Amino acid sequence: MLAAVLSIGGIGLVAAATLGLAAKKFAVEVDPRELAILEVLPGVNCGACGLPGCSGYAKGVAEGTIAPNLCTPGGSETVEAIADILGIEAITIEPQVAIVACQGDNRKATNKYRYLGLQDCNAAQKLADGPKTCPGGCLGLGSCERACPFGAIEMTAENLAVINREKCTGCEKCVAVCPRQVIKMVPLKATVHVLCNSHDKGALIRKYCQIGCIGCHICKKTVPEAYVVENFLAFADYEHIENAAAAIEKCPTKCIRDFSTGYPEGSSFPPATVPVKHPAA
Amino acid sequence: MKLKSFSGGLHPPDSKEYSAHKPIERCPLPEELIIPAAQHIGAPADICVAVGDQVKKGQVIANANGFVSVPIHASTSGEVIAVEPRLHPMGRELPAVVIKPDGLDQWHESLRQNDPEQLDVDSLKNLIRDAGIVGMGGATFPTHVKLSPPEEKTIDTLILNGVECEPFLTADHRLMLEESERIIDGINILRKVLGIDQAIIGIEVNKPDAIEKLTRDCAAHNIQVQPLKVRYPQGAEKQLINACTGRQVPSGGLPMDCGVVVQNVGTAAAISDAVRLGRPLVERIATITGPGIVEPKNLRITIGTPLQYLVDQCGGLNGEPAKIIMGGPMMGQTQLSLDVPAIRGTSGVLVFREEDLPKMPAGPCIRCGRCIGVCPIHLQPTTIAAYARLEMIDAAENYNALDCIECGCCTYICPATLPLVQSIRHAKGGIMAKRRKI
Ligand code: SF4
Ligand code: SF4
Ligand code: SF4
Ligand code: SF4
Repeated sequence: MLAAVLSIGGIGLVAAATLGLAAKKFAVEVDPRELAILEVLPGVNCGACGLPGCSGYAKGVAEGTIAPNLCTPGGSETVEAIADILGIEAITIEPQVAIVACQGDNRKATNKYRYLGLQDCNAAQKLADGPKTCPGGCLGLGSCERACPFGAIEMTAENLAVINREKCTGCEKCVAVCPRQVIKMVPLKATVHVLCNSHDKGALIRKYCQIGCIGCHICKKTVPEAYVVENFLAFADYEHIENAAAAIEKCPTKCIRDFSTGYPEGSSFPPATVPVKHPAA
Repeated sequence: MKLKSFSGGLHPPDSKEYSAHKPIERCPLPEELIIPAAQHIGAPADICVAVGDQVKKGQVIANANGFVSVPIHASTSGEVIAVEPRLHPMGRELPAVVIKPDGLDQWHESLRQNDPEQLDVDSLKNLIRDAGIVGMGGATFPTHVKLSPPEEKTIDTLILNGVECEPFLTADHRLMLEESERIIDGINILRKVLGIDQAIIGIEVNKPDAIEKLTRDCAAHNIQVQPLKVRYPQGAEKQLINACTGRQVPSGGLPMDCGVVVQNVGTAAAISDAVRLGRPLVERIATITGPGIVEPKNLRITIGTPLQYLVDQCGGLNGEPAKIIMGGPMMGQTQLSLDVPAIRGTSGVLVFREEDLPKMPAGPCIRCGRCIGVCPIHLQPTTIAAYARLEMIDAAENYNALDCIECGCCTYICPATLPLVQSIRHAKGGIMAKRRKI
């Protein structure tokens, strides 16, 4: 008994001493600024900066190999904090937010076939380019919802992705996963957007979607400086957006939306944000 | 005697009684033929005709684009009235040549008859390629590629696929019964190209008349007819090789890795036409069937005929169609509309009504293990599918997702009606994308 206690204890002591020495001798010098930067980063490892995680980014910034203003989730506060640590002038970043440029849910837009398969937008897109008749509309199967590290996306009961602007940090994960390129990054300060992603002609759009942009130019005629119409699809010009909201009432399909005030008159939105249940594994 | 087969698989109700007894009928020419440039695996052909051109039957209208590609031919004589994207069986609009038949159905002058005895191997292969011959079972892989194994592979056996294991389809069955001489001639040409003697025709025992007929006709040609137990997916290359010879194709390997070349009986018949008569692949036999069709039939169809026209030849629709499938019900492709044309790989058109379709929504996996039991490749479909849903592509790869032959047995058997094959296919797409990136 005693022998066992002594020998195990002895091995323990020797191992501890060796480890202690090794830790001293082979200690890796960490730039204290790197640790300080890591401290001010949000720590969500979202990848918006282009590196796999926050620690890699902190290292890069401390070494000066990567720009200090790439952490979109952290926003300007983080950039300022990093600038303080590095003793440089802060380069401000324009905060960005994601929008889903589509309001064609199951009530508003048609499907070309009934989809019963895997609840994943990329899988559905491979079958005849997805069930939604509109080539650009949101499929509503929630791939972006699952990709968002901040829980900023919810699916409505009628299969449409809706982004919570308060929670969205602009990391662009959703943009990367969406097979229909319907999620766009826009300046947070711009609140008026044309929520449609189809360049089809108006007559065709009317056949498959009640709330799509038909390219009628009425918004542009109402507030000329605030809208551009390209290829049958209108966009808000975020540089001259002050009076853009005046066109909302005039838009015949009500596809323009002001996120600062709520949904336009005559639209059936806001949609009920009942999360959709997906079949489990 | 114990019948030969492979392990795994299952036997869905074969529903062949709709059309198995119907002799092949020629389908007349429709108002317009829509001939897509992409009708085979590999690069789509390059269209080389323009609107207004007069074309003859068998004339090349699109040139092969590389080694793994074949030319496309006009399937009748007439005028090219459009060269534009049209709805393709793949589900999207793809380039196609639209021909208005002139009713004369005249073959192009340049087509020549040949005596296969007089030709060397290379000219035979060229004839097969130039005639646009592809796997007629539905896979549409260019045949000349399969007939050109690399030097180091020795081939000793040719297997002819007369299994037709997909439910509903009876086109190959009728072909074997009615036109065995074309098949046998094709086999003789194939043997000459491959430089081998051994040829086996595998046929399931639910076609006793075809087995009897071919056994009789093949006796003089040293071709063995191998009756096989009825089991899906016996018509899949690797399963057929295993059933007929007992050999196993290694994971990730090809039939040539165990000395075998597999061809469909329909392909053999098309090869005979291509070589002996000099006629390109412009028609095929397809089964138009299903509960949504008034009078199911086996039709000899001209490539490019819209499905609607084929259905009309069979007495039209029996009720409102809810699901249209090109090919068999297990591996065929669901169609968006009856406006799409029949192409070289169209072995059948199935129409189902709402009441014929299962209604159960997909539920969670109950871990019954049936999908594992039926998988002919001995994979774990439920595990791979779960990884696919979670986007865990590396894990799916470790479970050999790439070996899945997409036979659909697992999805068919799953009591929770999970879309297993689609999930696995999703994982396969992810694995291939990852490999491309590295
Ligand atoms: S926005 Fe894109 S990823 Fe998100 S649900 Fe719609 S189609 Fe899918
Ligand atoms: S909504 Fe998109 S951009 Fe915003 S946090 Fe989520 S994934 Fe990132
Ligand atoms: S996993 Fe693939 S090969 Fe196995 S049963 Fe399912 S579809 Fe067939
Ligand atoms: S058959 Fe379906 S329910 Fe049964 S183990 Fe496989 S996936 Fe699960």
